[in-house]
Amino acid sequence: METNHISYASRNLWSGILFGVGLVAFIDEAVFHQLLHWHHFYDKSTTAMGLVSDGLFHAFSWFATVGSLFLFADLRRRNGLWLKRWWGGAFLGAGIFQLYDGTIQHKVMRLHQIRYNVDIRPYDLTWNILAILLIVVGILLIVRTPPDKWEVTHNER
Amino acid sequence: MNVNDHNHYDNGGIFQLLLAFPVLLALIMYIFAAIISSRHAETWPLYRTAFWVLGVLTAASAIVGPLANRAHVDFTAHMLGHLFLGMLAPLLIVLSSPITLFLRTINVISARRLSSLLRSWPLRILTDPIITSILNVGGLWVLYTTDLYMLMQHSIFVHIAVHIHVFFAGYLFTMSIIYFEPTPHKTSFRYRSIVLVIALAVHGILSKYIYAFPPNGVPAEQAEIGGKLMYYGGDAIDLILIIILWYQWFRATRPRITLSKPLDV
Repeated sequence: METNHISYASRNLWSGILFGVGLVAFIDEAVFHQLLHWHHFYDKSTTAMGLVSDGLFHAFSWFATVGSLFLFADLRRRNGLWLKRWWGGAFLGAGIFQLYDGTIQHKVMRLHQIRYNVDIRPYDLTWNILAILLIVVGILLIVRTPPDKWEVTHNER
Repeated sequence: MNVNDHNHYDNGGIFQLLLAFPVLLALIMYIFAAIISSRHAETWPLYRTAFWVLGVLTAASAIVGPLANRAHVDFTAHMLGHLFLGMLAPLLIVLSSPITLFLRTINVISARRLSSLLRSWPLRILTDPIITSILNVGGLWVLYTTDLYMLMQHSIFVHIAVHIHVFFAGYLFTMSIIYFEPTPHKTSFRYRSIVLVIALAVHGILSKYIYAFPPNGVPAEQAEIGGKLMYYGGDAIDLILIIILWYQWFRATRPRITLSKPLDV
């Protein structure tokens, strides 16, 4: 059967990115807030910008998770799924969001720290190095699935 | 000082009955219309009637009965009531398509008049997602960051006005995001998505703001539980809203095979 994955290269990428962002936000909420109780719901040092940023990303993460799965289903019904590129997007989205959370939100906006009453440096380092690794894997997968290498026969919508 | 400790009006007996009356009326009218409509046209789906009954009862639980009474002394109960009245009940009622049922039940001339009213420009403004978001979430900001919350515990008129506003603002908001009724003023999926995410964000920010800065007259512990309830309770209902919105996108963009175009859509 004919496959349309080249035509839907960018939709694969975006579905992956949204899934990555949503997944990291979900792990953050489920594991670090609810199960471990390391993150705090509210930290008195949070800046106003921090509250706004948290609110936007929290709302967007739900939207992204659900949306990525509907986009995934859409790619499947159009026979346009390109799993390798999709995973590239997922790693990239996960890494970027985790890096943003670990640097800007935790450190600059002081939303909350990873954990309280401990030496925070090893936690911050692990968190952000992992984020950079995710980004690197994502970028590698994306550059190895270039849509323009193949003849594009269908216009992308 | 906890303003919740002293009520300035009686909340029992006749007052409860007075509030229960519109609830009963809403239930009876819908079921009556569903029966008439099923007799004249195709059968009105039972699940819609079920959504309506659930929606009306959910809204009613915030107005009369034990939860409503508890809301006067406990901010957490107040918040649960508002989640029911402003989010869950509107969602259930939108799912029950009351406008469609009404249009089907009344005679053709009245139905035409009503649908031209729905097409009018004031309704276009009133059902625009940005306007409904401001009415809905903006209204909540006013309620919890000014003295309005305290005022509402002291004046029966303010109390009723706030409840009516919360419900209708929630209904208009839900209706402007997901489409289950004749919608003359449709907006794009992208536009609704952006507005929805921002509205949810502002709702979440307000929840944390309440957690950190309790409204006047609300004790800190109650504000903390209430704020968290608003945050996570809001999330749960918003998740349903997001799933329905994306599902409607998924349905609307399904690939179609046409004569002029090959399979490449």
